[in-house]
Amino acid sequence: MSSELNERTVEDARPPGAGDRAQYGVCAFLALLGTAVIVDGFGIAQVTSSTDPVGPRAVPLFLGVLLLVVAVLYALDVARGGHGEPEAGEDVDLSTGSDWRTVLTLIAAFVVNAVLIEPLGWVISGTLLFWGTAFALGNRHYVRNLLIAVTLSLTTFYAFAIGLGVNLPAGVLQGIL
Amino acid sequence: MDNLNNLMQGFADVMDPMNLLLALIGVLVGTAVGVLPGIGPAMTVALLLPITYGMEPVQAFIMFAGIFYGGMYGGSTTSILLNTPGESSSVVTAIEGNKMAKAGRAAQALATAAIGSFVAGTIGTLLLVLVTPIVVEFAVSLGAPDYFALMLLSFIAVTSVLGSSRVRGLVSLLLGLTIGLVGIDAVSGQQRLTLGIPQLADGIDVVVVAVGIFAVGEALWVAAHLRRRPAEIIPVGRPWMGKKDWKRSWKPWLRGTAYGFPFGALPAGGAEIPTFLSYATEKRLTKHPEEFGKGAIEGVAGPEAANNASAAGTLVPMLALGLPTNATAAVMLAAFQSYGIQPGPLLFEREASLVWVLIASLFVGNLLLLLLNLPLAPAWAKLLRIPRPYLYAGILFFASMGAYAVNAQPLDLFVLLALGLLGFAMRRFGLPVLPLIVGVILGPRAELQGRRSLQLSGGELSGLMGGPVSYAVYTAILLVLAWPLIRRFVVRPLRERSA
Repeated sequence: MSSELNERTVEDARPPGAGDRAQYGVCAFLALLGTAVIVDGFGIAQVTSSTDPVGPRAVPLFLGVLLLVVAVLYALDVARGGHGEPEAGEDVDLSTGSDWRTVLTLIAAFVVNAVLIEPLGWVISGTLLFWGTAFALGNRHYVRNLLIAVTLSLTTFYAFAIGLGVNLPAGVLQGIL
Repeated sequence: MDNLNNLMQGFADVMDPMNLLLALIGVLVGTAVGVLPGIGPAMTVALLLPITYGMEPVQAFIMFAGIFYGGMYGGSTTSILLNTPGESSSVVTAIEGNKMAKAGRAAQALATAAIGSFVAGTIGTLLLVLVTPIVVEFAVSLGAPDYFALMLLSFIAVTSVLGSSRVRGLVSLLLGLTIGLVGIDAVSGQQRLTLGIPQLADGIDVVVVAVGIFAVGEALWVAAHLRRRPAEIIPVGRPWMGKKDWKRSWKPWLRGTAYGFPFGALPAGGAEIPTFLSYATEKRLTKHPEEFGKGAIEGVAGPEAANNASAAGTLVPMLALGLPTNATAAVMLAAFQSYGIQPGPLLFEREASLVWVLIASLFVGNLLLLLLNLPLAPAWAKLLRIPRPYLYAGILFFASMGAYAVNAQPLDLFVLLALGLLGFAMRRFGLPVLPLIVGVILGPRAELQGRRSLQLSGGELSGLMGGPVSYAVYTAILLVLAWPLIRRFVVRPLRERSA
């Protein structure tokens, strides 16, 4: 699903607004999702009983059809010139195109954390995450960022995992921390 | 009087020094995070949820109440000093608030917002104490068909009353319902949309959805469009108000509260409508119409009070019916569920002490907020200057930590990323976020109530029509759906005739 969303948004470099054809991508995504929900729905064993005359299938099938209908309605809206306003914000500058390099580096840092969190533990993977995302966002104080990242990971680990009993893995540092 | 005793007991529990400390930490952390630009109250609550995972429910809820009001107050500070509301409900505050700040009256704007929030929050919480037991009494008599109808009303309301485009609201709702479908069907035990992945059998945790859509989505979206020059922040001293400001503020506070609470308490309410109504009213009633649009204190006092009173109001349907009507309430509901507590009419019987502790902490948190924030405002304003790379790196850091902590499985981090990309796409295409969250939370429960209703009727659709309550709710749904037609063929011709 993620890669699909990426491709869909990648193709849009123009300033968004009227005649925003990338919206058809959303319609296609909805239609695909609807089809997938329907196909999955038919794969569910239809178990009904006197206490449950509807069974587990009805809602997914209904929802799948609704998704298809909304995909069409959305497409009609886009064809008539409808478009959604991209979200604005204090740190958001919509006058230039999307900065895909930053987004992809961010995603990479995020995935590194997801992959390494169990083998290496939160303190190391979290450090990499913070350092990597700060780097991706354009901060070039490498050493300072590393210090902040390590402090942040250690503090959260001691405060949450040890102090408050939150689930965070110690990983390779088990026994040292 | 029974409720009063319960409330007193609740206060007695909160007054324990340890619990008071938790309330204090909640208010501080809630405000600190809520002040950060780009973080609205709902995201504050979602990001801070993991802090409470290891606590007992009572302690967690005490802290939560502080985070709730702290996050709200932090959001209004941001909108006044930066002109950038974190959530749609503080859009109106920013209109006059930022103008006041630019005209050198930031201290007064922050003061009227803080004191107004306190007044509205206190009155709102009092009304909550009075109204909720009545709603609960009424709700106990409701059957499955009535609940089903009420949930349908919530769906319709979040998709079509709020936001500008119905079809986009509907897209968001359906995406939410689809996410809610993932997992084992509660009635028949069949797997649905799990793609054969065992970790998905329990469904996707609402906290992961909220953090993914709000926090990760926001961080990715801002990263793609990061403004390279720092935003303009107005320096501020300690908030204070002169005699004249008090005189101009107290009536708007009360009127704002009167608008906010009922709208929040309706199952189809929200804070947008009452804040706009309050603004319009103050503009009409003011003795200084020339100041509106240039920074009129009434335009901050009224909407800010309406916003806070509405937030207190949303707790009525949330606690009594289990229906969330805004994003913050939706995340709070998720927090309840993570403790295995199901809000609804039975909550007041089963978990009475917990509910009253929560309500007592709302009063305490509100007072702490006022005492802390007047002196601390200049410190909060400094937080607005945090370098953006650190801000968004921090958001992703805490988002990952929180999402992992829910179930301690790395798969959740990938789900979080996928949801973050979805949140990114929704921001890009202007799809509203609230319907999705409401869909995820209420979808499975609506299905359950719907199937329960049909069980009574042996599968006949007539089973969905329960009693008078469901008739009334379906009428309301029809009115909401037909509103554009009504406006076009009834309201507009009438207005033209009178004009």
